[in-house]
Amino acid sequence: MTAPLSPLDRPNSYIGKALPRPNAKRLLAGRGRFTDDMHLPRMLHAAFTRSPYAHAKIVSIDVEEARAMPGVRLVATGADLAKLCTPWVGALLHFSGMKSPPQYPLAMERALWAGEPIVAVLADTRAQAEDAAERVNIVFEDLPPIVDIDLACASGATPLHEGMADNISFKTTIESGEVGAAFAEAAEIVEAELTFGRHTPVTLEPRTILADFEPGERSLTVHHSTQTPYQFQDIFSRHFGLDESRVRVIAGDVGGSFGMKLHVYPEDMATVALSILSERPVKYVADRGESFLNDIHLRDHRVRAKLALASDGAFLAMRVEDDTAIGAYSAYPRTSAVEGNQVVRLMGAPYKITNYKADLNVIFQNKAQTSQYRGVGHPIACAATERLVDLAARKLGIDPFEIRRRNYVTSDMYPHTTASGYRFERLSLDECLTKLHRLMNYPALRAEQAALRERGIYRGIGLATYVEITNPSPAFYGIGGAHISAQDGCVLKVTPSGEIQCAISVAEQGQGTETIIGQIVADVMGVDRMRVRVTTGDTETTPHGGANWACRGAGIGGETALQTARKLKANVLAVAGVILQMSPDALDISEGAVIERATGAPRMGLGELAALVYFRSDTLPPDAQANLTVAHHFAPKGFPFAFTNGIHASLVEVDVETGFVKLLKHWVVEDCGRVINPLLVNEQVRGGVVQGLGAALFEECLYDDQGQLLNGSLADYLVPMACEMPDIVIDHVETPTLDTELGAKGCGEAGTSAASGAALNAVNDALTPFETEISQIPMTPQRVLRALGAV
Amino acid sequence: MSEAVPLSLTINGERQQVWIEPRLSLADLLRHHLRLTGTHVGCEMGSCGACLVVQDGRVVHSCLSLAVQAEGSSIQTIEGLSESGVIADLQAAFHERNALQCGFCTPGMLMTAHELLTKTPSPTREAIRDALSGNFCRCTGYEAIVDAIETTAMRRAGTHA
Repeated sequence: MTAPLSPLDRPNSYIGKALPRPNAKRLLAGRGRFTDDMHLPRMLHAAFTRSPYAHAKIVSIDVEEARAMPGVRLVATGADLAKLCTPWVGALLHFSGMKSPPQYPLAMERALWAGEPIVAVLADTRAQAEDAAERVNIVFEDLPPIVDIDLACASGATPLHEGMADNISFKTTIESGEVGAAFAEAAEIVEAELTFGRHTPVTLEPRTILADFEPGERSLTVHHSTQTPYQFQDIFSRHFGLDESRVRVIAGDVGGSFGMKLHVYPEDMATVALSILSERPVKYVADRGESFLNDIHLRDHRVRAKLALASDGAFLAMRVEDDTAIGAYSAYPRTSAVEGNQVVRLMGAPYKITNYKADLNVIFQNKAQTSQYRGVGHPIACAATERLVDLAARKLGIDPFEIRRRNYVTSDMYPHTTASGYRFERLSLDECLTKLHRLMNYPALRAEQAALRERGIYRGIGLATYVEITNPSPAFYGIGGAHISAQDGCVLKVTPSGEIQCAISVAEQGQGTETIIGQIVADVMGVDRMRVRVTTGDTETTPHGGANWACRGAGIGGETALQTARKLKANVLAVAGVILQMSPDALDISEGAVIERATGAPRMGLGELAALVYFRSDTLPPDAQANLTVAHHFAPKGFPFAFTNGIHASLVEVDVETGFVKLLKHWVVEDCGRVINPLLVNEQVRGGVVQGLGAALFEECLYDDQGQLLNGSLADYLVPMACEMPDIVIDHVETPTLDTELGAKGCGEAGTSAASGAALNAVNDALTPFETEISQIPMTPQRVLRALGAV
Repeated sequence: MSEAVPLSLTINGERQQVWIEPRLSLADLLRHHLRLTGTHVGCEMGSCGACLVVQDGRVVHSCLSLAVQAEGSSIQTIEGLSESGVIADLQAAFHERNALQCGFCTPGMLMTAHELLTKTPSPTREAIRDALSGNFCRCTGYEAIVDAIETTAMRRAGTHA
């Protein structure tokens, strides 16, 4: 463990302490304020008529019957809304050659996936709007859908989009070293073709938006269940031609996001357009069926990979091909290429591999969009890499722990640049591995596994090492032309009674952002944390920043708060010095009072000081300048990303009669740098692990060959539930980044990044006696039985 | 659609008389007519447990009940249970253990936990996980929720500090 920033036993020392979230109490009392809880005067409700086809020409639209339905106030088509909203294109400049067609709020000439909205209806109630949406008469001419990725890429395949030569949105090749020669000289080669099912976020609160356009000022207020309000302020302003200063986006309580609530959805843009058209507040809440059809989906990769080995187990070279299908449009504004791009750049990253070649194909098809979701590419890269590592261990008869230890990037290699160009400041791969070995009591588990096998009980142990991109710089999106901030801003204010108000541009969706920011501010300012009030999520009352994506809240937002609090503290001590006739250097703040640094003697309360400043400035010397409000921004510098690392282990039992996999236990040793609040870090890890285990065993969006989603409900699509999930044991190594004073890196995605890979290896380990393997997730009972040759 | 019908029932101890469409769900009555927004809607088919309320002593899915079916009944929502103080210890245990993140599933989780501990004062961890099998949480991974319910059971039994 690294030393805390200040001794944990001094008053108001909060950085590093496990503390509950002050803002959780109202959620526990049913007093949350989620977007659908809002009700504005004259509010109308939106519903949409959607394409029943995955691919169809829209021949004609007749809305007259719908318009005559009770309660209906407005019916709009794609052409109506396109007059208000400029189209968007999901491409970034740094993805050279990337293409995606312009997308509109509602489908124009063709519908490109089943569920694409075509007509919008506004009515007094949601039920009336839905009734009327069913009375919209659309004549379609159905067209052959592109569903399968091989058919999409086959020579002669019809391009989905006019003016494009093929169905490839983006392709790239990464090459380093002498891959061909290394494979030619290898003692052994292991290879795998792995299939990763398409799944979907299933945030419990669906996408929800309430747009309120005020025509007099041409101002727009949008209550939005989003994790990136500043990004949406920019998007609504640009695409609707509104002054940015008059666009306000407010993210109140958000019922889960995980990356799903930072993409532009057609219904969001339609809802804003409908508010502008109707000049009334308009609410749209996706129902669960609509969520399955139109929330971004994720993963959907086929990875072919091989690893060249020396006889001692050294990794000589890696070759990777990733084909990933993204639906009909690349998502906006972050694109649908980032996940694949990260897969081909992260494969093999924890290991000493200099000979590396990877090809990526990002493919259009007639399905819902895929894009960034918790982990973004990491779970694919991790599972595929770690599967190869376990195959290598088995082929060479080396223990899975040992082969990893032999091939990890070692502590003398930092700073280290991977074959794909990622730069690591410092990782703790070997420490995490060693700690995990002890934590899970590995030898005992292996002995137990062997003993149980004798009795026909098949248990498996799987490991997965990960590295994770956190604290992203503008290298992520800014350089690609996207208006997505990598920096954050914070405003701190001392109130007249000596409390602290903090407005910051990182956001809260339950992970505890406001809590850790409050801990940092209180720690620096020397006040009780309950006297710091943190507000987030409102573009009008907080500075512009990146908000929440790619694990940046603690590392970048936390550092922003730390630096801002130091400035405010200096200002407070400067005024205190004037009042007390002492040098500010001789003063400090503790327990809400200015104290003498040398003796600890309290001299005046912060409230006393603030009251003098605010109400009796006449008593201060004429040259005293009291700035008890501070605004400060911080942008990440140094390494482009702060990589975290860690390792997971999964213990499973496979019932070879039924194919069911029981998760018995899961271990995580992780290193996210300085831990600000271990309670919150652990729960981020646990929640992330369970999302990864859902992908490993249950979750998959199943489509038929006509592009119809077959399991779009929570009765048919399986999510991990309490009764199926194991207890999860967590330990930490702390390697703070030296790029910031706080030293924190992100922790939110690491659980998801490695859990499915560990489970995949565990199930395969359990299947060892049967000399078979499974190379597809989710590992459903049917697929397990198929691997066993039983079906 | 048909004409509005009268409905009278007791919600959180308060008598309510309203005119509603017969097709209105109990969840929508609570949320959109009476503005008791602590009850949430997650799946609209009884799978996720976000909409659970107590109806005449039994926990039911308010998304699967028509409001008219609740004629004459007594409903407790999260607002009522909170204000009455009967689950204050559960709520405190959830808070201490950080057994919630976004909080959207939490009212339903508390309903299930409240019913479980009423019927089974000292459940095993497995029994707690089993009882929660109809409550979906995407954030926590469940372990903290299981811990909080277990802690509450032990505190009520006087076996935990």
